[in-house]
Formats: sequence, structure tokens, C-alpha cells
Amino acid sequence: MEVLDSYLYTHEHEWIHVEDNVATVGISDYAQNALGDITFTELPEVGGEFEQFEQLASIESVKAATDVYCPMSGKVIEVNSEVVDDPELINRDCYEKGWLIKLEIAAPDEKSKLMKAVEYTNYCENLS
Amino acid sequence: MKLIFEKSIPERPGFQVPRSDVGKKVKIDKKYTRSESASLPEVSELDCVRHFTQLSQRNYSVDTHFYPLGSCTMKYNPRFTENIANIRGFACLHPLLAQLPNGDHLTQGALQILYETEQSLCEITGMDNYTMQPLAGAHGELTGVMMMAAYHKSKGNKKKYIIIPDSAHGTNPASAAIAGYTTISIPSNAEGVMDIDKLKEKLTGDAAGLMLTNPNTHGIFNNQISEIAELVHAVDGLMYYDGANLNAILGRCRPGDMGFDIVHLNLHKTFATPHGGGGPGAGPVGVKKELSPFLPISRVGKKGDGSYYLNYDYPQSIGYIAAFYGNFSIIVRAYAYIMLLGQQGLQEVGDHAVLNANYIKERLKKYFKLKYDRTCMHEVVFSAAPEAQKGVHAIDIAKYLIDKGFHPPTVYFPLTVKEAIMIEPTETESKQAIDGFIEAMIEAHDLIKKKPEVFKEFPQSTPISRPDEVKAARELNANYFNKKL
Amino acid sequence: MNPYIANTKQDVKAMLDCLGITSIDDLFTDIKPQQQPRSFDLPKGKSEFEVVEEFYHLAAKNATVLTLFVGGGFYDHYVPAAVNSLISRGEFFTAYTPYQPECAQGTLQALYEFQSVICALTGMEIANASLYDGGSALYEAAMMALRITKKNRIIMDGGVSPIYRKILRTYTDNLDIEFVETPVVHGQSDREQINKLLNEKTAAVILQNPNFFGAIDDHADIVAQAHQKGALVIESVYPISLGLLKTPGEMDVDIVIGEGQSLGLPLNFGGPYLGFMATKEKYVRKMPGRIVGATVDGEGRRCFVNTLQAREQHIRREKATSNICTNVSLCAIQALMFLSVLGKEGLKQFAQLNLDKAEFARQELEKIDGVEVKRSSPTFNEFVVCLPRDANAVIAAMIDKGFAAGFPLSRYYKGMDNYMIVAVTEKRTKDEIMRFTECLKEILNTDDRRC
Repeated sequence: MEVLDSYLYTHEHEWIHVEDNVATVGISDYAQNALGDITFTELPEVGGEFEQFEQLASIESVKAATDVYCPMSGKVIEVNSEVVDDPELINRDCYEKGWLIKLEIAAPDEKSKLMKAVEYTNYCENLS
Repeated sequence: MKLIFEKSIPERPGFQVPRSDVGKKVKIDKKYTRSESASLPEVSELDCVRHFTQLSQRNYSVDTHFYPLGSCTMKYNPRFTENIANIRGFACLHPLLAQLPNGDHLTQGALQILYETEQSLCEITGMDNYTMQPLAGAHGELTGVMMMAAYHKSKGNKKKYIIIPDSAHGTNPASAAIAGYTTISIPSNAEGVMDIDKLKEKLTGDAAGLMLTNPNTHGIFNNQISEIAELVHAVDGLMYYDGANLNAILGRCRPGDMGFDIVHLNLHKTFATPHGGGGPGAGPVGVKKELSPFLPISRVGKKGDGSYYLNYDYPQSIGYIAAFYGNFSIIVRAYAYIMLLGQQGLQEVGDHAVLNANYIKERLKKYFKLKYDRTCMHEVVFSAAPEAQKGVHAIDIAKYLIDKGFHPPTVYFPLTVKEAIMIEPTETESKQAIDGFIEAMIEAHDLIKKKPEVFKEFPQSTPISRPDEVKAARELNANYFNKKL
Repeated sequence: MNPYIANTKQDVKAMLDCLGITSIDDLFTDIKPQQQPRSFDLPKGKSEFEVVEEFYHLAAKNATVLTLFVGGGFYDHYVPAAVNSLISRGEFFTAYTPYQPECAQGTLQALYEFQSVICALTGMEIANASLYDGGSALYEAAMMALRITKKNRIIMDGGVSPIYRKILRTYTDNLDIEFVETPVVHGQSDREQINKLLNEKTAAVILQNPNFFGAIDDHADIVAQAHQKGALVIESVYPISLGLLKTPGEMDVDIVIGEGQSLGLPLNFGGPYLGFMATKEKYVRKMPGRIVGATVDGEGRRCFVNTLQAREQHIRREKATSNICTNVSLCAIQALMFLSVLGKEGLKQFAQLNLDKAEFARQELEKIDGVEVKRSSPTFNEFVVCLPRDANAVIAAMIDKGFAAGFPLSRYYKGMDNYMIVAVTEKRTKDEIMRFTECLKEILNTDDRRC
């Protein structure tokens, strides 16, 4: 399982990468692996505002479906149309090309509620 | 195999529609007519008969194969019930006849069947009244949960959630959500039944009720049920019984006596009506008398003179949940089955269903991992987790069984068991048929040891090998005319 | 004795021995004495032929001898013999949901074909593999429109079946939905009212064609108006009429639903019936119910599977698009058989015959003094008849003459005491129609106070 050091993670397996007040959001390697072949991605519209841990997007695979929750509050400024056209991109490259949305974050201190890479790795290992 | 559309030849005559005996052809203003005819197939009657006969031969069914699909109760569907359902006096009866002036008199036979089936189900399950209207099990659940909501509303109770064990059928939480409740899930304990201590932690006055299958989807009877019912009733919650697994306990135990207030049944499981390749079913809902005022309308009543009538006069009713009186021809079949078996015949159902399941459990437990090694009810759940480590998953074993001439058990359900293989033989299979299945499972076990890699190749005897489900979902093609392969 | 249990005494003994117990009772020790039935007082079992006799007796108490002129959304159509013969194959009716596609291609391919013929009939892009019945399909369509638009007002045309409207009200009682109903004017939808009520909060306009009064309409203008306001249009249709009528697809309707009973299913005193639903492909993920899709197997052969299952309850549980578990596969396959036997020309001729017979009956009824047949809008095979006295009394008198003459509108509409709707399918002969009008004339001419 791949976990990137510079990213932060949620208990629901989203990652967020914050640079100044803009953040990129996606799902982790653990999540894409658990879902299997992803067949469909539904993303929010640009301009949508979300609270931390509010439902943001949904992802379907052949046998599973999952909601993606917003790791931090903010406004959507860009969505990755490539993962809508080619959902498998998330399976192939969940941390780079398979990103879902870019967010203008509203409350940087919400980071404290997220996990760092080491913590997240431990968390995943303890899941059965 | 070709699609019927691919067998179509322009202008090939099919069914002969009679010439009009009333003269001239009426023309509708073009504004209201379709611009071209619907692209239905143009095939002869023989083409059609061959097409559908050949299609049918591409199915496994109870009629052709042992079908131990867990949680689905795939028992034999006796043929006399088909004959009865097709009697003209039932098949050609228009539902609105009952709503014409004196309509009750035009439909006495049908109303009597509905009434007497209700009485029988009350006795079988220990409930006070039934609605026969719900068109399937999940529809029954929704009806039951709506009655739960109506009951709490009438008492001024502010309820928020419904409690559901983690081993529940997926329809349970879905029904609760649609009726406006959230759900709280309770895990199973080491015995495979709902953890009563966890229930005590979560149970508050906000609980509208608890939905439970007993025996549950692990095939285990929860003998703490009376205590659970007391706990739930103490916070004025209602006990909802998902009757999916009633087959196991027919005549041995009744939901009404266990403390349940609402029950839905699946006539297509316990009462032997055919599954139809996925419906139609029927999901009658029974209630204790405190909830009777909320039953959907109409209800069938019996007058002093012995005649039957449709009664709409229930001001507290949740209203209309279906257009008419339920899936009548399914109800007819179920009632005929109940009538034929009678008291003793029904009691034998559960006995043999449970005996057969335990026999499978006992003989296979040396070969496959049992999630809960104890007496089971009508079904037994194994876990293929150890086999999965060798690369052979539950699905692979399922596909192997297809080649051996068996419909596979339910796999990957319940969700609480990893790599679940859920086997329900029902009472109608003979020991010899069951032995054949057991032997096939043992052969699978041996083959997994020797050549695990071959399992990915199964099935080989079927018209198709494993389909590409990812392609089906990514490149959706669900209409021949929209996208052609 | 249960004749469907195969185990012999020896079989039972062998199994008990294997389990190391002496009695089946030993398997039920989890059930405590206080949990045992307080009563299980059912009659003794009967032989097969006793039961069959008893049901013949019960069936004889139903008045299926009446000549049917009652419709109301459920019609007495002829079913070709091939349909009944084919649908009685055990491989279809004793199978279950096609969870294992390799041994269920029969059901799966048939359902794919069913979806395709529903699309062909309605002019839509995608259909599901069926829903319980027309009423539940309408409810599911309404919920789907709410999900798509995330709005909560629903405009309901008064021509939509009152039976379905009542069902919809029951289901939505606990939900935050604003219903507004518009009346029918001159038999058709009230454009002016609908336009007035359409606003930014409107999720859907629900229409029916032909409507409950039998009137046919072209709803294209209403659809355009609704789309301008961001609302969807749901239309309930009568599939036989689509042999001739303009399709919902041609009107740009968003969600089409209907009762498929008329496609080869017996009346069965109300069920099982067949709900169908079709929509635009862009809405497919919001559509409830099973969908069968084409794909290929390992060898590249075309085959069929249940697809987009992630929308369904067994995966999404409380977040599913619907709580529906089954569809009504067997009824869907029966409808497919009916449409295949009839074929492209056959369905058209079938529909035309309905239209012709109904028009003939209309003309004959109009000849009766005091009887008025509404002609403000065209109809298909059902129409409104205004009688010179209370319709209930007239219908009751007609029953004595052997006719189920029509359905009294007063049952669902206030102030329509003298009105009934009369349905005339292809099964009604000229002779039956003539006798029907003769009897009606007689009844209206008598001074019998009963009428």
C-alpha cells in the first residue's frame, strides 16, 4: 500500500494535499484497492461549497460504491474531468493523475483533525 | 446466441391480428401519432417459440438443478398451484370489478381467498391482522416501517432511528431510510447473533424500533429474542420481524410469540411460490392489534351472513400502498400450498429444512471453515477465507459448482463473514441430491489443494465463460437500439 | 404429511446418525419452551385434487362471465397462446435473480431484450429491467426526479390515474415534498395552470397519456415549458396505445413509466403486474431497479450481466436509489414474448383494432337518447360517457344483463355522478358492442326507479 508523506488523510480514506490556501483532494491507494475496478465517478460542480467531512463526490466500482467526503471545508475551484471520462485513472494513479477536485480551503486549522502519513499507515494496518 | 432483433426479417408475418368487424379504420390527427413504427422484431411464431425455448435452456433453475442459494429458499414449486392460478375465474378477474356497485358480490371467491389467507398467516405467525397488498418482501418492509412511523406519530412519539443488526439484509436499512429514519447498526457477537450488550448501549428513547431476522442470515436462532423484545418495548420501540427466514421455524416458533409487533413474509420463499427469475413475489405484512388501525386500505372484512367485503373505513390507515389487493395470483398459489400441507405438513417444512442444512454443515465442516460451529437453522455459512489465501475465492468455488451441475450457494453474503458461502438446501431436496452437492464441494476442496490455479477457468460447461463486468459498467449498453455490439 | 419432502425414514436416520443425535427436535434446542408456539391451529392437510376442486369452487364465485367494458388502466386484451406456453417453462419461472450470469443467460438476455423493446416502444434511450407495477413505478419516478433536480415541488396533472395519485401520497407523507394538482380541461392537461405553477422549485410535472379519461394529447409544449424552468417531465403511458401514438421520446419527456399488464399479462385481480421505466441515458445512475447490460466473456462472446449494481440496496444499503430488491422478471419476459409474437406490424394493427372498436362503440352509444359521449379531445380505446342518471345505478343494472359496462367516475371524482369511463379492447366483438348498447338503451328507457 502506497502512502505519500506530504499528504494528509481521513478515516474515510481521502487524501488532501495543501499548498497555501489551495488543496487537492483524492482517494488513497488503500481505498482504490478496496473498491477494485472503478467504473464511475461523480464530482461536484465548480463553485460548490462544502463543510469538512460533508459528502463531496461518489465513486462506483463493479461491486461497490462509496461516498467521498471533503477532508476540509472550502469551495471547489476545479474538478478533474479526466477521471470522469476515464475512471480507471484513479486505479492507476490515485495520488497524481487520479485527483478528484481542487479546493480553496476555508479553515486551515481543520488540518488538526486529519492524519499524517505514518498515522494513516498504522490506521490502515489495523483495519482487518 | 442471437438476439430476437437479429432474427428479424422485414415483413415476415407474425401473429395474425383479426380483421376489424366494425368497418372503417379510424385515423388519429397526425399531431398525436408516432412518426415511425416501434422497431419490434418481425419473426414468425415458430422463430419466437424457438428463441425463447433456447433462451430458457441457458438458465439453471429449481426445475433443472439443485439450487442451494442461501437466504432465498429455493424450494420446489408444486405444479398444482400453477394450475389453480390459471383458472379463468382468477386469471381473468378485473381488479376494478370489486369497486363497481355491488362489486363485493362480483368477487366473493377472490375476497374469500384474501380473507382466509390472512387468517392462516395470522395463525402461522402469531399475529392479529395482515395486509396482503405489498408486492414483494422489500415492499412489505417499507409498508411495515411506514406503519411504525404512523404508530409513533399517533402517540406523539418523536423517534429518530431504527436499529438493525450488521447481518441484516440490505433492504432493511434502505427501507428505513426511505421511510425517513436513520439507522444504527449493531454488531454480531461471537455466537453469531446480535450483541445484546451493544444493543443496550445504543438503545434510547429515540429508537423507533428494531428490525431483525430470526434465525438471522448466519442461519442462527437468537434465543435472547424475548429479552431483546422487552428492552425495545421498554422504550416504546417496535419489534419488526423480517420473515425472509421463516421457513426454518414453521410450527416451531412464531414471531408473534417472540414479541414481534410487525412481520413481513416472503410468500415466494416460505410458501413455495415461484421466484420467476427475480420476481414477482409477494410480501404480506402482519401486525399485532395495536398496529392494526394503521394497515393500508383496503382490507377484506367478513359480514355476519358469511359474505366478504372490501372495507375502506380505517381513518388511521397509512393509505394506499398498491393499486389493488396485492399480487393476487401469488397469494392464490401460497394459499393453495398452505391448504394442501395443513398443520402437520407445514411443521415438517421447518424440520426437514433444518435437518438438511445441519447435515451439510456436519459433513462439510471438516473441509471448509465454519464461521459459527454450532447447530444452524435452515442455512449454514462457511468462509472461504483460507482458500482465498491460496488464490481461490468464494466466487471461484461457485463457478466450479456450476460445472458440476449445481447452482452455486449465495456468496459474499452476509457481509459479516469474509468470503462467505451461504448454503440453504430447503426441505424439498432429497438426501441423495444433497450428497451429490456435498461430494462436489469435497472435490472442490481437494482440487484447491492440488491445482488452485485452475479455478480461474471455471465455468467451462456453460454457454459463456466469465463475463467482463467492468466493461459492462464502463461501456454501458442496455438497449440494443441505442448501442449495437 | 408433506408430499414435497423427499427424505425417507432411512434418509432421516442416516442424517441424524451423521449429526450424532436421535431426533430432529435436538436441532431446535435454541428455541426455549416459552418461545414455542402458543397455538398452531391450522386445518388438516388435503390431497391435491381436493384442493384443486376447492379452488374451482372459489373461482366460480367470481363474476368473470361478465363482458368487460371496464379498463381504468388495466385491460382485457387477448394473449396469444404461444406466450402462455413459453412463459410456463420452468427454466424461466423456477429460476431466481441472475446472480451467476454464466448459468442465467436465458433470463439476462431476455431482460436485455425487454429493456430494448421498452425503449423502442417509448422512444427513450434506456430502460430498467422492470419495477413492481405501474403505481410503484410512478412513485419511483417521482423520487428519481427529486434526486436529479434536488428540488421538491411536484405538479400533478388531474388526468393521472387517481389510483396512482393516492399511492404516491401515501409514500411521500413523511417526506418534504410539495404537491400541487392541476385540473383537466376539455379532457386534456391544463397548460395555463401548469405554466403558472412551474417555478424554480419544481422537480417534476407528472402527466399521463392517454389520461385516466382516455384522452390522448401531445405534451411536447408542456415538456418544453418545464425544461425552461429546470423541471423534469414524467409521463405514464399505456403501452398498447404506443403502437400508434406519439412517443414520450418524441415529446422529449425525461422519465417514462407505465403499467405493462396490457402486454400479455392476465388481469389476475390486480397482480402480479409489470411496472416499467425508461429515461434518458444521462439519468441512468439515478434510475432505480435492475439494469441488464451487454458485455463479452473471456472468449469475446457477447453476453449479459446485471450492471450498475452499485446503485442498489444490497451494496448501498441505506443510500440506495431505492429499497427495491427484485423486479418482476417473469412478467417482463412475458411482455417481451407478447411483443415479439405480435411483432412490429402486429402491434400497430392490434392498437388500430382497439381504436376502431372503441370508435364504433362510441358512435353506437351516442345514438342513445340522453347519452352523451365526450368528444372534446381524441381518445384511444377508452372514453367518458355521460348518462342521464346516476352511473352507479346504471352500471348495477347492466351487471344483471351480463355486462361490466364501465367504471363510475364518482368513485374518484366529486360531482361526476352521471359519468362512467368505458373501455373497448380488440376482444369486444361487434355483436357484444351492439348488445351492450341495446341493453343500455333498454335500461335507460325503463321507468324502473332503481336506475
